[in-house]
Amino acid sequence: MSFNNLDQLYRQVIMDHYKNPRNKGEIEDSVTIDMNNPTCGDRIHLTLDVQDGIVKEAKFDGEGCSISMASASMMTQVIKGQPVEEALKYSRIFSDMMLGKEYDDSVDLGDIEALQGVAKFPARIKCATLSWKAMEKGIDQQSE
Amino acid sequence: MNVQEIRRQFPILDQEVNGQPLVYLDSAATSQKPLSVIQALEAYYKGYNSNVHRGVHTLGTRATDGYEGAREKVRKFINAASLEEVIFMRGTTTAINTVAQSYGQDNVKEGDEIVITHMEHHSNIIPWQQLAKRTGAELKYVPLQEDGTLSLDDVRETITKKTKIVSIMMVSNVLGTMNPIKEITEIAHENGAVMVVDGAQAAPHMKVDVQALDCDFFAFSGHKMAGPTGIGVLYGKKKHLNAMEPVEFGGEMIDFVGLQDSTWKELPWKFEGGTPIIAGAIGLGAAIDFLNEIGLDEIEKYEHHLAAYAMEKMSEIDGLTIYGPEDPSKRAGLVTFNLDDVHPHDLATVLDADGIAIRAGHHCAQPLMKWLNVSSTARASFYLYNTEEDIDRLVNGLVKTKEYFSDVF
Repeated sequence: MSFNNLDQLYRQVIMDHYKNPRNKGEIEDSVTIDMNNPTCGDRIHLTLDVQDGIVKEAKFDGEGCSISMASASMMTQVIKGQPVEEALKYSRIFSDMMLGKEYDDSVDLGDIEALQGVAKFPARIKCATLSWKAMEKGIDQQSE
Repeated sequence: MNVQEIRRQFPILDQEVNGQPLVYLDSAATSQKPLSVIQALEAYYKGYNSNVHRGVHTLGTRATDGYEGAREKVRKFINAASLEEVIFMRGTTTAINTVAQSYGQDNVKEGDEIVITHMEHHSNIIPWQQLAKRTGAELKYVPLQEDGTLSLDDVRETITKKTKIVSIMMVSNVLGTMNPIKEITEIAHENGAVMVVDGAQAAPHMKVDVQALDCDFFAFSGHKMAGPTGIGVLYGKKKHLNAMEPVEFGGEMIDFVGLQDSTWKELPWKFEGGTPIIAGAIGLGAAIDFLNEIGLDEIEKYEHHLAAYAMEKMSEIDGLTIYGPEDPSKRAGLVTFNLDDVHPHDLATVLDADGIAIRAGHHCAQPLMKWLNVSSTARASFYLYNTEEDIDRLVNGLVKTKEYFSDVF
């Protein structure tokens, strides 16, 4: 069995986020988003504390595969403390990365870069993007 | 049964996926198609593609003969009493929805009950949920035994004189459970209810005799039984179908059309609106010929053997949980399982890298996943072209998957 390709997908840092998720939990009295992936049963419960246009705090709960949970963990890590516009910018960059497009690497992507390999596994892209879609929806909700 | 000979009829199996010979273990989602089916579709499109029942020309007659000839093959295949009882539809989902929207709408009212089970596929849950919501009827679920089977005592307990429709799958697409449809039908009838059978996972794998079962409706799909996608069958007893209103109007199903009112064709065409699924029906007919030549009893026996072999080998893997009946003689040819600490999606991705195709997810049975207390599972499902070597490859792949994830953690 050739696992060379798989090693591109299952990077150490991804498995670390899966096993030791950052920002796991729930923020009370905050923007709450529940999203699921109807084809596979993955689900995320994301709570965001947005004040004065800044994402003060982000926490998630849910269940799913290593890719979806690691992505959620990384997402909360990177948007915490960021202005809403920055958070959305990260989301656009991440979307480009998943589509295998050229992406803006002028900002520090941190652990997110480890998810690059997902683009080569089309069946798994929706796992990686679930939490990001939830975040976009949450920011949309609170700005209304 | 010569499996190597059978495999040669399925050109798709002879390929490499990710550098490995393909092992296809997802036939419960859709089966592969033999050459004879592919050739029947090709022959139709190349030689006699034409609309049915209306052309006076020769091609139209040949297409009509092909389409109606397929209906007779289906009739024999399920032993329906007459051709009028065999209706071509898009698949099991459409067939069950048709019964719910037509028979259900006319015969279910507030205070009535509809009975299904906790193991049903979404396609045999939601049509009834919707009907219950529209009519104010109650949707009741027969509980499952610990091993994922139904007890007839529970069935008797759940079905009452208020029950108008009982709808149950013959074989579970997740647990592999084979349900006692004949006995459940008797209980339904004793209470004055009709029996609807979701036969999607049964028709491809075992002999079905709708008259022996005495069920009122039986639905199945062509693509899971070596036929093309987009074709399925609704069987219904003539007395019900005659009394039912069509769900789709226009095209093939009309008789006389006036400005304010219209009349319908007789059975079975009354339920076949639009231009029928001609190529699909012809392809399904070819699939039935193919299965008959091997023999459904032979196929069923062989799949039991594969399931028993798979369960034996897979249960040797530490940390692997198999769902459904433990006794292989009580289950059809599929094994649903989970491997400790490895999410089914990750499992499926790693197996795919090894050329092995399995299904991962909720298998369109979310209430059952809830009952099993899991969010998703992995499933390997077998058909007549699978071999013990396929299962050895799966087992080997599972062991390596375990090792792989224990390494990266």
